[in-house]
Order: sequence, then structure tokens, then C-alpha cells
Amino acid sequence: MDNTQLLLALSTALFVIGLTGVIIRRNLLVMLMCMELMLNGVVLSVVTLSQRAASTTGAVLVFLVFVVAAAEIAIAVPIVLLLARRKHTLDADAFTDLKG
Amino acid sequence: MYQVMLWLFVVAALAGGVLMLVLRQPMRVAMALIAVMLSLAAIYAMLGVHVIAVFQVMIYVSAVMVFMVYAIMLMDVRDPSFTHRYSGYLLPGLAGLAALGWVLAYGVGHSHNVLPGTPAAGAFDLQRFSTDFLNEYWLYFELTSVLLLAAVVAAIAILKARRRGNG
Repeated sequence: MDNTQLLLALSTALFVIGLTGVIIRRNLLVMLMCMELMLNGVVLSVVTLSQRAASTTGAVLVFLVFVVAAAEIAIAVPIVLLLARRKHTLDADAFTDLKG
Repeated sequence: MYQVMLWLFVVAALAGGVLMLVLRQPMRVAMALIAVMLSLAAIYAMLGVHVIAVFQVMIYVSAVMVFMVYAIMLMDVRDPSFTHRYSGYLLPGLAGLAALGWVLAYGVGHSHNVLPGTPAAGAFDLQRFSTDFLNEYWLYFELTSVLLLAAVVAAIAILKARRRGNG
């Protein structure tokens, strides 16, 4: 296993752990952090492959992904706070009425 | 030495990820996520992509996680979601973790034939990155500023909804 495969394996593991956290954890903020972990795993694979291909496109893409992630968190955290204010809990099971 | 350090940070990132699944308090989960992000920044620096490593520390660890920690501090610690870690999807989630992890690990294990380039690719060239960034990708850079403006407007709209009490 060379270093590229090692880092791809790490990015896979981080993505799977993050997805599992989104599914099994109860707290909305923890779920949000697990989504950040998934994003970090994907960014690691982009950086590893673009570095191996000696391309600058990957670095540009990662920069843009960072900006989108900052915007995402700036919207998501107020929405979570709004939900918590409405139901007085961060338990994801309390919001089952959002299913429609 | 390089290999030892790389393995050290890979193991640290993995350990932080696993801790995020098992820790109960959201503040500790946030600290584990910060540890993962710092390990990833170290890995980026070891790959020679220093710009991305600096971005990782400045944007993720500084901006995003500080925001997240403030949000956690606003919460009520007696909330049931703080004392009960897992939802009812624990067993299906773990089964999915095993299945998806096995499929992806199989793919990574057989990826050596399809990977682009050579294992020892050239070092990251900051000058080439800057030239490419401002010559070819300037439109995307401008579009991200529009996205950030939209995010600010949306955050203000959420605040107003909260103030009206109908959010």
C-alpha cells in the first residue's frame, strides 16, 4: 500500500464514520459535525489525487469547497438554533412531524 | 521518519473520528472534530500542499468550529439529546457502516491500477496555483462572493423569523 492508497483509505474511513454519525447520533449539532467530517474526508481524497496528478485544479476546488462549507455552517447553525427554540430540544426524534 | 509521521497523523485522524461517534457531550465531539481537522492539516502540509493546510486551520478550525462551539454553549445541557447518545437507528446504521465500509475498502484496495500520475508527483507550485486561480477560475471566485452574500442575507432572514416568533 503506497501513501496515496493510505490517504484514500483514511478519506473513505472518515466519510463512512461521518455518515454513520449522521444516522446513529441523536443530537442535531453532533449530526452537523459528522456532516463536516464527511466533507473533510472527501476534501482529503481530492487533495491526495490532485497532488498525485500534479494538478492545481484540485487545490482551487478545495478552496471553493471551504468557502461553501463556511456558508453552509453559517446557515445551518441558525436553523438548528431556531429548531431548538421551537421545540426546546435538540433531539432529532422530536422533529418527526417534518416528514409531512 | 516521513512515513512514521504520516502514519501518526492518519491514526490520530481515525481516532478522532471514532471518538466523535462514542463521546456523549457535544463539546467533546467538537474537540474531537478539531483534532481530526488539525491532523488533516498536518497531512496536507506533509503532502506539500501548504496553502490547503493553512486554509484548513484558518477556515475550518478557526471560523467554522469556533462558531459551532458558540452554538453548543448556547444549548441547555439538561436536554435529553445530551444524555442519550444514540437514536433508534443504531443497529441499522452500524450494519450500513459495515457494508459501505467494506465496499469502499475493496475499491481502495484495488485502486492502484487506476490512480492517475505517479506516487512521487511534483511538489505543489504556489506560483502556478495563483496564476491558474486568477486566470482561469476568477469567475468561480467571484461567484463564491455572491454565495457568501446570499448566506449573510439568509442568516439575517432566519434571525428576523426568530424575532417574529413564527419561525
